[in-house]
Amino acid sequence: MNREHILNTAVTLTLVLFPLLALWLDEPFLITLATKAVIFALAGVGLNIALGIGGLVSLGHAAFFGLGGYAMGILASHAQSYTPILSAPFVLEGTKSMLVIWLVAVAASGLAALAIGALSLRTTGVYFIMITLAFGQMFYYFAISWPAYGGEDGLPIYVRNSFPGLNTLDPLQFYAICAAWLFAVLWIAARLACAPFGLALGAARQSPARVETVGLSPYRLRLMAFVISGMITGLAGALFADLNRFVSPTMFSWQLSGEIIVFILIGGTARLFGPVVGAIVFVTLEHVLGGLSDYWHIYLGALLLMIVLFARGGLIGLLAGREKTHD
Amino acid sequence: MSLILLAEQVLNGLQLGVMLFVMAAGLTLVFGVMGLINLAHGSLFMVGAFAAAAVAAATGSFAFALVAALAAAAAAGALIEVAVIRRLYARDHLDQVLATFALILIFSEGTRWVFGSFPLFLNIPDYLSGPVSLPGGIQYPLYRLFLIAVGVLIACGLFALIAKTRLGIQIRAGENDREMIAALGVDITRLYTIVFALGAGLAGLAGALVGAIQSVQVGMGEPVLILAFVVIVIGGIGSIKGALVGAILVGLTDTLGGVLLPQLFRLFMENSTASAAGSALSSMLIYILMAVVLIWRPTGLFGART
Repeated sequence: MNREHILNTAVTLTLVLFPLLALWLDEPFLITLATKAVIFALAGVGLNIALGIGGLVSLGHAAFFGLGGYAMGILASHAQSYTPILSAPFVLEGTKSMLVIWLVAVAASGLAALAIGALSLRTTGVYFIMITLAFGQMFYYFAISWPAYGGEDGLPIYVRNSFPGLNTLDPLQFYAICAAWLFAVLWIAARLACAPFGLALGAARQSPARVETVGLSPYRLRLMAFVISGMITGLAGALFADLNRFVSPTMFSWQLSGEIIVFILIGGTARLFGPVVGAIVFVTLEHVLGGLSDYWHIYLGALLLMIVLFARGGLIGLLAGREKTHD
Repeated sequence: MSLILLAEQVLNGLQLGVMLFVMAAGLTLVFGVMGLINLAHGSLFMVGAFAAAAVAAATGSFAFALVAALAAAAAAGALIEVAVIRRLYARDHLDQVLATFALILIFSEGTRWVFGSFPLFLNIPDYLSGPVSLPGGIQYPLYRLFLIAVGVLIACGLFALIAKTRLGIQIRAGENDREMIAALGVDITRLYTIVFALGAGLAGLAGALVGAIQSVQVGMGEPVLILAFVVIVIGGIGSIKGALVGAILVGLTDTLGGVLLPQLFRLFMENSTASAAGSALSSMLIYILMAVVLIWRPTGLFGART
């Protein structure tokens, strides 16, 4: 076991024990805070599949986060007002079931990622960054100007959606759902990185010409990674909307896309647990510094600058040393 | 819909277009010469607007305000180039995105800390306010005509600078082969600082000019920044000509789409649905334009073919 494995185990234990500690201290707010960190981590793990392994710097992942959120908002708002989403040509009812909502959120964000990816991946480098940012912004403006689901004001959902056998309004049980998803997705991401697909994707980042020579298409590998990444971020969006019981266009905002990249950077790019560590640090900083000063973003900005300029491996890089594989 | 209204909208589109060009020119220059993606360009736009509002409030002179905006943004640009940006040229795009994202956070919160959260107002001076009559009976605000004229002047100035002056020759040489011009004895570090400060100053000037027709507030830079990205993607990164064509295209599409689409939908829908659908679609129009250009030419209209 190397130092990174020890660190990952410690983070996993923290994720399991922290909510129990909060329960023992009778601080349900801390559980909500931890849930937020777990959901952000999930979004980050999703982006890290495209960014860490594939080298695709997407500055538009808020599009998928927001789509997941609105999938939840639209389905649940129709269910709570007992109006069908569609009455012709067939009747389509809303739902309060998390399982259905997750399915719709993942499908919607996957389709959007397919469309955005198919266009954006025709380009590389700085074009790709600008184009993903622009498409993300397109969803933002659409959500603001489309009045049917709250427009600029957003859409409140009064009761959290249901999951068979659990009381989702209990903070600990909802945390358990989110943490279970995070661990499941971390497992998928770890398997993906060692699978032939992950290896080919990493190779397409390092040397696209060689990948092409052995008969693989870098475009298709990247598109696949982008779609998987978008689906996971969409799922995180649906959970985030359920946590707040509210969706608004800010879920589509480009600042959020930037923050998801920030989680990855704070933890360490291309590290499995990088986004998890990053999201925990981010939410902690937001809570602690936000309590000290209204202008906590200045400190966050300064910290980010320091990490980019002087600590290139992120926190995991600082604690666990250099990556074993490097390019 | 009358022809006069259409002509007014075309002028509005032109006005938006030339202001986007002033913004995009700096971005595309910085990318072309230094290979850097600068998200903080929108913050320099905001710095210019705030400097202009503060100076206008103190001195009452709009001309001073514009000079102050240019100077403050150029100085801020030179400062961050020397302190931060310089260390990023050799880094990959991810590091550049993150470092300039961090700069946005610092600039935005710093401005909020100094000026407070309430928007400031920059008034149009008397000699530039009021409508003018154009041929064909169009009444059009003088200030917006002034913006178009300033934008066109800046565009001509930039083209002359790039084509005729020594600095322009160095910039073009730097785009083609930076090692070669360094070997020929050009102080490349100084050239980079000048180009960055030039782009920053233009962004600041655009911020002050536009600040007079909207409110001056924290976060005003980012929507413009993203439009400028769309402009550059359409025009081709590194090309000033592309930035000009892209900016006019985006300005006209955005303005005309916002007016014409709801009218078009009204032909076959009832009124309220038509305006909702029209405005929702028109908000997406420039991104659709960008997608079409990308399918047709992945490196933009005037981008280098690789």
